[in-house]
Amino acid sequence: MAPGRTPDPAPGDDPGGRVPPSGVPVPEDSAEELYDAAPCGFLSTAMDGTVTKVNATLLDWLGLERREVVGLMRFADLLTVGGKLYHETHFAPLLSLRGEIGGIALEMRTATGGRLPVLVSAAVKKDADGEPVLIRTTVFDASDRRAYEEELLRRRRAADEARELAEAARREAEAARREAEAARRGAEAARREAEAARSRSEADRARLTDALVVLQQALLPAELPTVPGLDVASYYYTASPDRLGGDFYDLFALGAGRWAFFLGDVSGKGPKAAAVTSLTRYTLRAAVFHDSDPVSALATLNAVLYDRYGLKADPRHCTAVVGVVEPDDDRGRTTVRLASGGHPPALVLRAGAPVDGPGRADYLTTPGGMLVGALPDAVFTPATAVLYPGDTLLLYTDGLTEARTDPERTTLYGDERLRDFAARQASTAPGDVIAAVAALLEKLGDGVDDDTALLALGAPSRPD
Amino acid sequence: MVEAEVRHRNNVTVTGDPDGPVVVLAHGFGCDQNMWRLVVPRLAGRYKVVLFDYVGSGGSDLSAWAPERYASLEGYAQDVVDVLRALDLRRVTFVGHSVSAMAGVLAARTAPERIGSLVMVTPSPRYIDDDGYRGGFTAADIEELLASLDSNYLGWSSAMAPVIMGNPDRPELGQELTDSFCATDPAMARVFARTTFLSDNREDLDGVTVPTLVLECAEDAIAPRGVGSFVRSRVPGARLVTLDATGHCPQLSAPEATADAVLDFLDRVHGSRPDS
Repeated sequence: MAPGRTPDPAPGDDPGGRVPPSGVPVPEDSAEELYDAAPCGFLSTAMDGTVTKVNATLLDWLGLERREVVGLMRFADLLTVGGKLYHETHFAPLLSLRGEIGGIALEMRTATGGRLPVLVSAAVKKDADGEPVLIRTTVFDASDRRAYEEELLRRRRAADEARELAEAARREAEAARREAEAARRGAEAARREAEAARSRSEADRARLTDALVVLQQALLPAELPTVPGLDVASYYYTASPDRLGGDFYDLFALGAGRWAFFLGDVSGKGPKAAAVTSLTRYTLRAAVFHDSDPVSALATLNAVLYDRYGLKADPRHCTAVVGVVEPDDDRGRTTVRLASGGHPPALVLRAGAPVDGPGRADYLTTPGGMLVGALPDAVFTPATAVLYPGDTLLLYTDGLTEARTDPERTTLYGDERLRDFAARQASTAPGDVIAAVAALLEKLGDGVDDDTALLALGAPSRPD
Repeated sequence: MVEAEVRHRNNVTVTGDPDGPVVVLAHGFGCDQNMWRLVVPRLAGRYKVVLFDYVGSGGSDLSAWAPERYASLEGYAQDVVDVLRALDLRRVTFVGHSVSAMAGVLAARTAPERIGSLVMVTPSPRYIDDDGYRGGFTAADIEELLASLDSNYLGWSSAMAPVIMGNPDRPELGQELTDSFCATDPAMARVFARTTFLSDNREDLDGVTVPTLVLECAEDAIAPRGVGSFVRSRVPGARLVTLDATGHCPQLSAPEATADAVLDFLDRVHGSRPDS
């Protein structure tokens, strides 16, 4: 509140209330005594700050004698250094500019060196011409209030610090959140990329597999022709879908009731092996047309392969059985002439022999036949078999006989077991034999690590 | 910066004879351009008088305040240079009160073509006592002042902020504004106080090359007598006038004597008739 201002009466104040009740003595107070002993300090100073009048209360608070102060000290001299600086920079200029100032917190110095927190109000008294003549100052003891204010200040600073800390923590948390978010996005992007790469690689693999299947099919007849007087069946077992096998077989008409067939296995795997397989297949077809002697056909193939691959750094060769079959329905004899170049022997199943008995299944040996394409003058072994009604000639590649049967995969299935397996078959019809061997291959499963081609030619049984 | 921007930012007031030589009056720590109210009328008759508030004080644009800039006296000196450049004022007489006297020294070094002469009113290049130098205060005293500032700004209310910042949409605040001059944001006042009382610009005095008047008070609670003599001895060719006044603000406690001393100095700088 500005000094010199009187509070307005509160609404509803009863003016009559100010009149003391009659009969009660009213205590007298003198202005002089009020000035000196008032519960606040009074101080008058000249315009230069020199103290001209001071009340006993203030002198008592400060522990000073009137004679030490009046005319000798300035108001600022009663203040602490901080108070003095504040007085010079704020208090005095404001008082000078406004003519009054109120509620300023200062600290006064006591005679014993103590500090007295005070609240100060001051007003400039002007003379009749409006010239300032003196300053009247009121001083209130603010020790308690100052303690309270200092507590407020302390708490405000603590609150500010806490707020700053909280803000810093918030910013840190925000930064961490952003970092985590960025990391999450990075991980998500990496995951998507990996996913895309996986899809691409799966698509590539699928395309490759498709291409390989198509290519593999191109190396084999789409389906076997129907041969009058001959039952035929074939099967191709793929050990690994993404590796082109080198096995091949074919059956085709030579004309005049004769049919040619072959089955073989080119060394190696993959596209290069496939190229050799293709060359082999068409060479053999052409050769057998040119000369139906199986040995001649193999010799031609040998010359072609040796010429093409024999002297190269990466020689290619194959094993093959080539044959010509002449069904003779009238006589009930089907003659098969064949030749082998390094190929496992064909198996002949006799319908007339007892199941699992002697002669039920025997190899048609072709000893001494050499690998085709490995040497310039290879020798091939011819053989002839006569199939009676119900008999079947089974050709196979070594994917079957070299399948590994034990968990350690060290024991090969072998010729003997194949023969025993064939002998145990109740039916010697080509379709049944092929189905049984195909089932056997499935059973051997992972043990079959090479493709296997099967071709069976059988003389049809005669209805009795 | 554009003139209008600086005029707004530093609450620039131009008064007096528009064709007269230019006198720039700069306030010190504690108040604003109102400090010069009693002196301005005496100068206005013959001089173009330019007043302004440092950013962070009085009616300046508080949003332009930045703690880094105004934590050093160079920031305040830059305000001076900005005002002089924006109004394209040259060879002015810069009258700086208290810490502003040092801001004027720094500004004259930055923009020598703009400041032709200096009046340093109760200057102090160093408030804290130092080996053989008497500034009048110890470091602990300055901390006490900062504490005093804090206790008095308890009453400072954020409700005054729009008034201090100037609010053209609310003319009813005009009366409050006149009642509230020298009100300052406590955080900014603290920075200004630290800058003022912890600076040491003694070395900068050697570089002053313009005519300089040093005004001191016979009794100054902030700048003791020896400080005026020190400044005079360090500034080449400076004159020292001791006013028969008390306190740190002779422009308030002895406005006539202060104005007379400044006018006398202006006469010497410009010749007895400023027009000639």
